Amino acid sequence: MQKPFISVEGLTRRFPDASGKGTLTVFEDLWFGVEEGEFACVIGHSGCGKSTILNVLAGLDSPTEGSIVAAGKHVDGPSLDRAVIFQGHALMPWLTALANVELAVSSRHPKWSTQQVRDHAMKYLALVHLDGSEDKKPAQLSGGMKQRVGIARALSLEPRILLMDEPFSALDALTRGALQDEVLSIRSKIKQTIFMITHDVDEALLLADKIFLMTNGPKAWVAEVVENTLPKERSRTDLHKLPNYYPMRNHLIEFLVTRSRELALNPGQRPKERMPPIVRPMAIFNPVAAVTSEAGKPAHPMQPGSASVA
Amino acid sequence: MHASLTVRAALVSLLLLGLGLGAWHLAVARSGPAVKMDPEYAKLMGATATQGKSAMPGPGEVGAKIWQHLRDPFYDKGTNDKGIGIQLAYSIARVMTGYLLAVAVAVPVGFLIGMSPLMSQALDPFIQVMKPISPLAWMPLALYTIKDSSISAIFVIFICSVWPMLINTAFGVASVRKEWLNVAKTLEMNPVRTAFRVILPAAAPTILTGMRISIGIAWLVIVAAEMLVGGTGIGYFVWNEWNNLSITNVITAILFIGVVGMLLDQVMAYLQRLISYAD
Repeated sequence: MQKPFISVEGLTRRFPDASGKGTLTVFEDLWFGVEEGEFACVIGHSGCGKSTILNVLAGLDSPTEGSIVAAGKHVDGPSLDRAVIFQGHALMPWLTALANVELAVSSRHPKWSTQQVRDHAMKYLALVHLDGSEDKKPAQLSGGMKQRVGIARALSLEPRILLMDEPFSALDALTRGALQDEVLSIRSKIKQTIFMITHDVDEALLLADKIFLMTNGPKAWVAEVVENTLPKERSRTDLHKLPNYYPMRNHLIEFLVTRSRELALNPGQRPKERMPPIVRPMAIFNPVAAVTSEAGKPAHPMQPGSASVA
Repeated sequence: MHASLTVRAALVSLLLLGLGLGAWHLAVARSGPAVKMDPEYAKLMGATATQGKSAMPGPGEVGAKIWQHLRDPFYDKGTNDKGIGIQLAYSIARVMTGYLLAVAVAVPVGFLIGMSPLMSQALDPFIQVMKPISPLAWMPLALYTIKDSSISAIFVIFICSVWPMLINTAFGVASVRKEWLNVAKTLEMNPVRTAFRVILPAAAPTILTGMRISIGIAWLVIVAAEMLVGGTGIGYFVWNEWNNLSITNVITAILFIGVVGMLLDQVMAYLQRLISYAD
């Protein structure tokens, strides 16, 4: 079997616990894959280690056990091919918006002339609709605009993989919506593999092709992979009108509210298979509705009512 | 209608200045009893003894002296009679030499301490012991080893300005936000590029605060140091005028020291504004 584009293999991360003597296992023996060009999303409660997974993927943290292979290479440190959009924009406040992007561009292309670097940076600022604000310092920009600069900085690297760590969680609902639209429109132009952490169910449904559901920590694992059954062409405004929206949404909410906790309390329920089961929640009247697992067995005993079981 | 705060504050300042000068004038204007004496002897004794005049000059006399110094600040009539401009220039030159040497040492070493927890802990006991030593306590040691009074004064300036800069640089570098360092890492920036493009600008406001404290201390210390080493400089001028019993010149020098100190501080404040950033 060919390896997926991003292959997470037996990933375990332990931290020293509060007493300093023992260790705290955040997650254990994670296995999952993301295909090239896919938009994958990890959803789970705080403390399940989703940010840690992203940090390991970014090369900013190393796993206690296991490894990640991304784009055919073993991940053992940060790379310009894996750009990160940080939760708090992480812009350098002493640099203008343009200079922040230029810093990234000149890191990617050290031999480029000043003009080349500037043009490339401006192109990506224009992509996030920030042309005209390029000479402003981050302090003069709104929260949404700062995050747009962060997105432009990451995209300007033209990375193979884009990692987003709850990129919109610090923003108000209106700004968040506008930025999600922005990501959708960028997505239609640039086909990158994207790995995003979120705790917002609707954000995951709008943006992701594949949603990894994580149980609560400690010793969290990926309980299942939900394939987004909503049509590819979707928009934030009519998301809730799509027939599969509520089955999908209920499935995710059900998981976050009850199953993530119950599974954490009963680690014996963790299946023996390495790869988490794939689930496709659909409306009941859908004739091809199916929930299947890798092994072809029913995914798990607790299906929410609105998702149909084969 | 109220005038702006600045205008009102300026008016109060002027009022206080007027009151202060008035009180000073009244305090020194009172004349004591005149003593009758032989005219030859009276010439030697001066106005204080013969007319009961106060030995403390009034604001008018000091004002006239300041004007006299300002009109001709750079005259040089030998070792003990140089213009106040020349004396101040000597002091400023010493302060700048010692201070810039301290910058050259404190900023790189502070960087090292800030970046390396090992060096931070290893050097901490030395810094803690050296920091509270009065810079003038080094003077005999400096004179003995360097054998040059002028360079010894520079050394004293160096040793007193190095600590605030060292500590502030280390603190500024150590507290650069992790997220900025993470950005540098994901951009695969090498350590030198990270130091100059991320850590230095991030820590610059803290470093400049240390530099501003240092220049203040250096200017305080130079007066005392020059009183000890003698020869030239504003500190020597004050001590020399005290030996001449010219209180007018001493007061004049005090005012000039204050003004130069303020200007040095303002220059640093301007630099601080240049490199500070709003977060």
